[in-house]
Amino acid sequence: MSFSFTDEQTEFRSILRRFLAEKSPSTEVRRLMETEAGYDEEVWRRLSQDLGLTAIHIPEDYGGQGFGFVELAIALEEMGRALLCAPYFSSIVLAATAIMNAGDEAQKRDLLPAIAAGDCRAALAFTEDNGRWDPAGVALTATPVDGGYQLDGVKSFVLDGHSADLLVVLARRPGSTGSDGLSFFTVPGKADGLSKRLLQSTDATRKLARLEFKGVSADLLGDDGGAGAPLSRTLDQAAACLANEMVGGAEMLREQALDYAMMRVQFGRAIASFQTLKHKAADMLIDVELAKSAAYYAAAAADGDDDLPSMASLAKAGAGEAYMQTAIHAIQIHGGIGFTWDNDTHLWFKRAKSSQVFLGDASYHRELMLQRWQD
Amino acid sequence: MSDVTEASVRAEARAWLDANWDPNMGLVEWRNQLADTGWGMPTWPQEWYGKGMSSPLAAAVEEEFQAVGAIGVARAGIRMLAAATLLEHGTQMHKEKFLRRILTGEDTWCQLFSEPGSGSDLAGASARADLKDGKWIVNGQKVWTTSAHHAQFGLLLARTDWDVPKHKGLTYFVLDMEQSGVEVHPLRQMNGHASFNQVFFTDAEILPEFMVEGLGDGWKIATTTLMHERRGADGLRGWAMGTDRPERAYVEERAELATAMAPYKWYPQRMGRVDLVMERAKATGKLEDPAARQEIAKLLVLSKSAEWTARRAREAQIQGRNQGPEGSIGKLAASHVARLANHVHTLITGADAMLTEEDSPMDGVIAEILVSTPAISIAGGTDEIQRNIISERVLGMPKEPRNDTDRPFRDVPRNIR
Repeated sequence: MSFSFTDEQTEFRSILRRFLAEKSPSTEVRRLMETEAGYDEEVWRRLSQDLGLTAIHIPEDYGGQGFGFVELAIALEEMGRALLCAPYFSSIVLAATAIMNAGDEAQKRDLLPAIAAGDCRAALAFTEDNGRWDPAGVALTATPVDGGYQLDGVKSFVLDGHSADLLVVLARRPGSTGSDGLSFFTVPGKADGLSKRLLQSTDATRKLARLEFKGVSADLLGDDGGAGAPLSRTLDQAAACLANEMVGGAEMLREQALDYAMMRVQFGRAIASFQTLKHKAADMLIDVELAKSAAYYAAAAADGDDDLPSMASLAKAGAGEAYMQTAIHAIQIHGGIGFTWDNDTHLWFKRAKSSQVFLGDASYHRELMLQRWQD
Repeated sequence: MSDVTEASVRAEARAWLDANWDPNMGLVEWRNQLADTGWGMPTWPQEWYGKGMSSPLAAAVEEEFQAVGAIGVARAGIRMLAAATLLEHGTQMHKEKFLRRILTGEDTWCQLFSEPGSGSDLAGASARADLKDGKWIVNGQKVWTTSAHHAQFGLLLARTDWDVPKHKGLTYFVLDMEQSGVEVHPLRQMNGHASFNQVFFTDAEILPEFMVEGLGDGWKIATTTLMHERRGADGLRGWAMGTDRPERAYVEERAELATAMAPYKWYPQRMGRVDLVMERAKATGKLEDPAARQEIAKLLVLSKSAEWTARRAREAQIQGRNQGPEGSIGKLAASHVARLANHVHTLITGADAMLTEEDSPMDGVIAEILVSTPAISIAGGTDEIQRNIISERVLGMPKEPRNDTDRPFRDVPRNIR
């Protein structure tokens, strides 16, 4: 396990930071979050075709660059920092990873190259109206019909599900329960019998959709009834990635709050000279740095499988608390202006809130971590 | 020096040890050989018991010592802080008189810095040294003094000028502890142990040649001592233990360590003993309690994250990169871990948490954790001082206005009685 980044990785990070500072300033975030699609086609084209970000962790055999989760996590940390509005987490982290974990050789060759190239935007539909993050909550059924399958039911909280070209859907064999009888299926975004609604999400930078399936024809992805293990691995890897995205956002908030405190003068002094604010700033630094260490560790673990399950949950639990706490402090340090719409702090506050819940909150992951703890 | 490689140094060390190391030798005799040859402190200069070696090469030498079980120079206590300070600031006479006997373990040292009236604000020391009839006469009190009860010498920070600002009126001395003007009393802590002492000076005497550098240079030199302390040069951070081998040198080392470490038996407990949490939670059945599970998990998240943050800092240091903020937060993170561990051990232990000594679980270890963790957020820089350091040095935030550095020390406000 390495506890530092290579020179190449550090260079990759600084290129990305420059690109995102230019392409995703808060004015762009504000513009895009008001649109239905939620992203800019041209920026998506540049980040996929010029920078190859959509191909990072996809193996070279399937049109990817063949790097690992450490590199993917660097990209996510920077995207979280810049609050990039793009269907990246949905298509690359969730859907592509699910296909890599679940698909057979032919399916991976068929599906992954277009995703790696950024031409196909995929989404992973696994949660339903009950909002459960574990597979036992899946009720949507897949019924075998003359050589194929037909999906019936509802998926909800589907990240970028309204705009995706391809949906990877988790469904169960009628009559099955728990993790048994679960399979992945692929469905085109414009399939007959599929109706999509964009949900009104608090964090407008993260687009969530509710999808209704009525007799939708679907192709099996991987083994019939065998989605349990690949789903579990996909969610662990995604949790590790999300933790990295979150610490990027938390660090940005921390820096912005510090800048403000250094600039703001009250009672004849920069408020940054008051010990109460200095101590808060030191605490914020600790929160963020500890969460970063856990997120980095989980990203490195995501390439292997020894301790990924417990470490992914550890990182997600840590990042969840740290990001939200940092956001609360950041608003407080800004004072009144921090509660206004025009100040940017609330954009990250809301991302912190949606990240806190998405893929399971800290309590959920602490319990999961202990169940999987190896000592 | 291009002909000196790690391999050549290892070979040389091994050959020397083969020819000279004999565990049946007396400890002092052996350590005198280490001092004579420079193998005991390879990073020290050649003229002072060293070999002028780089740290990585010295680490290789240490590994060769360990490989054959050879005992090194005396390190326990704060003697290495004294040695490092005197090497840098001492006179020829200081080095001749003190360094060798530090290495052999014949002399024990203590650090006379903290006072009842100056803890975090160390430069506010008010123990005084006044020149009378060609001798410095010392009066006042020091506290939290490790090893003072069996030390031959002390590193003393004393006020010699009350008419200049606080940092400028301090002078650094070597004090002979074995004189009638020095009285040492144990300081009993809330956990019942007495790991430290209070030292009272009543007209204690110092000859002028035992001043280190000049009048008013005390703060600068104390900073050197503290820097080495922060780097962990004092032999108190780890838990040192001798081997149980029967030869004479090992027996003598064991006795030396037992004396030096006895007051610090509780040190592992002050960190919170996260390592015991899972086994204890299984033993008490609390691992089945959902509320307790959440608290246990919070502790594991925190302690693992702190551990990995320290690893990041160490890695950056090894690679010679600029250490990021991760290097400055370790001490504060350790306080958080210890505090939360105390909470979790209490939760796991239940009613037994009200008991102590043999009536407490694990023969008193759990009780000791519960009353020892408050030390971590105070000793070696309080959490509040750590936050000031982080905010000022790492985050670049302004210092608070002060009213103690712009006036003669005698006009600086003192405790209000």
